Amino acid sequence: MNAIDPSLGKSAAKLVSGNHACALGAVAAGCRFFAGYPITPSSEIAERLSRRLPEVGGVFVQMEDEIAAMAAVIGASMGGVKAMTATSGPGFSLKQENIGYAAGAEIPCVIVNVMRGGPSTGMPTRPSQADLMQARWGSHGDYPIIALTPGSVGEIYSEAIRAFDLAERFRTPVVLLYDQVIAQLSETVALDAAARVSATRTWASGPRESYKPYATGSDAIPAMARPGDGYRVHTTGLTHSETGFPTQQPEAVTRNLERLFTKLEKHRDEIDSVEALHCDDADVLIVAIGISARAAIRAVEQCREQGLRVGLFRPITFWPFPDKQLRAAAAKAKAVLVPEMNTGQLQFVVERTLGRAVDTIHLFSGEAITPADIAARAAALAKGA
Amino acid sequence: MFIDTAAEFDVRDYLRKEMMPHFLCPGCGHGIALRALLWALHDLKIEKDKLAIVSGIGCAGRLSAYIDANTFHVTHGRPLAYATGLALARPDLHVIVITGDGDCLAIGGNHLIHACRRNLKLTCLMLNNEVYGMTGGQVSPTTSESMLTTTTPLGNREPHFDACALATAAGAGFVGREVTHHVPKLKELIKAGLEHPGFAFVEVLSDCTEIFGRKNDLGSSPEMVMRQKSDIRPAAYADTVDTPFRPNAMPTGVLVRNDRPEYGAAYRKAAAALAGGAR
Repeated sequence: MNAIDPSLGKSAAKLVSGNHACALGAVAAGCRFFAGYPITPSSEIAERLSRRLPEVGGVFVQMEDEIAAMAAVIGASMGGVKAMTATSGPGFSLKQENIGYAAGAEIPCVIVNVMRGGPSTGMPTRPSQADLMQARWGSHGDYPIIALTPGSVGEIYSEAIRAFDLAERFRTPVVLLYDQVIAQLSETVALDAAARVSATRTWASGPRESYKPYATGSDAIPAMARPGDGYRVHTTGLTHSETGFPTQQPEAVTRNLERLFTKLEKHRDEIDSVEALHCDDADVLIVAIGISARAAIRAVEQCREQGLRVGLFRPITFWPFPDKQLRAAAAKAKAVLVPEMNTGQLQFVVERTLGRAVDTIHLFSGEAITPADIAARAAALAKGA
Repeated sequence: MFIDTAAEFDVRDYLRKEMMPHFLCPGCGHGIALRALLWALHDLKIEKDKLAIVSGIGCAGRLSAYIDANTFHVTHGRPLAYATGLALARPDLHVIVITGDGDCLAIGGNHLIHACRRNLKLTCLMLNNEVYGMTGGQVSPTTSESMLTTTTPLGNREPHFDACALATAAGAGFVGREVTHHVPKLKELIKAGLEHPGFAFVEVLSDCTEIFGRKNDLGSSPEMVMRQKSDIRPAAYADTVDTPFRPNAMPTGVLVRNDRPEYGAAYRKAAAALAGGAR
């Protein structure tokens, strides 16, 4: 049921929107279950998949609310099927408790959050980049998570596929986080998924007696028992021991939570992804994501044409944050500029990572930051450097 | 006439022995309901490997851990939503939800009405003990009027929810209610629910002796169960009972049974037609 979509040819190229690319990437990655609830500006993903999934043997269901959609996705994944939901700000808030369940019980799933202006109902049709912290810390308690921040329509396609690969490989929820601008922007995308091999979670095998659902193996990723395969395990949101049954025994609780973090930290080389553009000699380093990074690329080009040494560092995997890569990229920079569509969430992470103050452009008016805005600030910083 | 040994039913075949002793209070009706469920599964010869139990939070939610099956103890109020995803993704599994009155009617009320309306093949077993027992005895949507709980020190002033009437109004294909006093009857009702091709809602009137009973001086467990027995009116006798004398009697037995199309099969049929046709 999780095979790669064979109907997508090797060299297919298509003019699609970001949300359409997301749906295509998900199906290409083997997603065969989607549960959702209508919300602007993500609804096109649900609409596309409601047509496409039944064609490839999958299931689409529109649930009664955002919470139910997240729950149904986790339920489908517990049954062994690759599953995804898509939402935006208010819906992302509502899904958080169940995202924490998926993190704690280690159920692979993909959550798309198309960022719109907030707080509360905010600006449904206007972009923002203000859910970076919520993606990391949105559910209660301590847990690790993976969040990806693609910067173009083509990258939404490839990162949607990678989101499933990471979710399956590491048995974790993965958040695909992009803003309303690229969600509804149309670009030509190379649909090259047929050349890839999609990851699938490791299924339990061997005798039932010796199988432990949350055993701490050498790679810290437990093999999952598929219902029907004879293991008959218990899955719970309570803290649990290696057996899967609830425990509050301090050593068992500590060991399991440590493993959740180790599971990702140990494999950072497989998880991390960044783009470094002209960082080697940059006097001014711009750090940006999504549509702001798109604008920053143009700004870097304009500055370079003027002979100004400006570079761009762009996290594609945003959580866990690529701190080592950023420190390396910023080692020689005299100034760091963070343009972002919120009041300082990326700035907070960058300053903490680099241990120094940075310059910022914070735009939270529902408009996108323009290349000219970034170029002007970067040029001024470069000339003063 | 209803003797376990005649059916060769041994409850131990369906329990996880490593989880015993269970944590239910002395006198709690939930254990009786669990036994009836396991007995029904035995009668229907449902394979444990193909059985998925999804439960929410609360005393009822804890029962899934005791059953030797594929068990999922999920978030508060959401077991029906999790089960919907699981049953749609895996139509080969037999999916049963175990939930309580708070889990199913308060925090999870929205999921119940839409599960009834959608009519996906699921069995929802709601154990109604009139109280939030796990958290210490707060008022629930099914607490009877004037009863004392830790959050209604003046007596409950909200009318109690009739879960079966709600499920019926929302369109459930199968609705039934039974008390723990009649275990074989309860088993037969659960069996009928499990055999129903669509969504089945089964309410079990359970008793919380330790917390709710103690708070309201309702006596020991047998006394509470006997009181429940006197409060019911089997559906089969609905026409013969002189209802004006017992206006509050709760109807029991199979209350609704219809054969409207099951959601999962209808979806798969439409999808097969689409996949076979032009895109």
